[in-house]
Amino acid sequence: MARIVVVTSGKGGVGKTTTSAAFGAGLARAGYRTVVVDFDVGLRNLDLIMGCERRVVYDFVNVINGEANLNQALIRDKRVEGLEILPASQTRDKDALTFEGVEAVLSALAETHDYVVCDSPAGIERGAHLAMYFADDALVVTNPEVSSVRDSDRVLGLLSSKTRRAEQGDEPVKEHLVVTRYAASRVGKGEMLSMEDICEILSIDLLGVVPESTAVLNASNAGVPVIMEEKTDAGQAYDDLVARYLGEEREHRFLTEKKGLFGRLFKG
Amino acid sequence: MGFLDYFRSEKKRSASLAKERLQVIVARERTNRGGADYLPALQQEILEVIRRYIAVDDDAVRIQVEREGDCEVLELNVTLPETE
Repeated sequence: MARIVVVTSGKGGVGKTTTSAAFGAGLARAGYRTVVVDFDVGLRNLDLIMGCERRVVYDFVNVINGEANLNQALIRDKRVEGLEILPASQTRDKDALTFEGVEAVLSALAETHDYVVCDSPAGIERGAHLAMYFADDALVVTNPEVSSVRDSDRVLGLLSSKTRRAEQGDEPVKEHLVVTRYAASRVGKGEMLSMEDICEILSIDLLGVVPESTAVLNASNAGVPVIMEEKTDAGQAYDDLVARYLGEEREHRFLTEKKGLFGRLFKG
Repeated sequence: MGFLDYFRSEKKRSASLAKERLQVIVARERTNRGGADYLPALQQEILEVIRRYIAVDDDAVRIQVEREGDCEVLELNVTLPETE
């Protein structure tokens, strides 16, 4: 039986899909059978970020409607063994995802995988609700910026009330904070909320801090999960994050800025 | 702290302002959370019942839940139209 992990945030553009792709690829690389499911119906993008957009034939909604079976819709990643993606539909019908349909697809995926990663759409509407509803764990992706932190808090409220675990009175969804686009130099100058500030405001455990990095755009340009770019800061940050999720202790590497000689002289 | 910091302005750093504002708004939004789901529907139904007897405005009924320790107080405010 797989563990279902939702990658969510409330706010758009904070790095949910980047995180889903990297996290999924990292789990698969660690040897776990992993599927990443795109819940953003109408605005499919996970396929593009993972570089398999030209191989999409059937999608999530086709499977729900019985127009294709799961094996026809799943796309196997060509680089990482054990990694699959289930693309979202491009339909404009926002009711295309039904509760029963999602439940059936997720439980079928859970039979054959170790991890099901649900890439949530932004907002708190139907798609976002369904993406989190069946989750066991949540990665809450947050930028060090006021609107993102506030929206994350809102999402934390939903995770503790509008999920299957909450409704059935089971152990609550395990919430993990993922801070992205972190600029240590600006934090140092007091211009950006620090990781400690965000943890304190949201009061959840920190899983990882991903630095603001040119590697993220480069990787998405190429359709490669950024974790595969092992020499880059963001790639390493995601690698640490996955290892921590799997229970390994790893120090946070990108919380302080690397200073040159000049910077050291003048800023102490 | 480097010596250049002495020349920097003393005004409050924007990050601490962000933190303070967030703490206030997040605390406020958290108190409004939980169990309050039925309030809009309750408000609407009470309004409909009142309208069977009196013509009142849409905003005549105000509902609020206040928490005092372990105790929740449902406060219901109905504004009746002035009679001539």
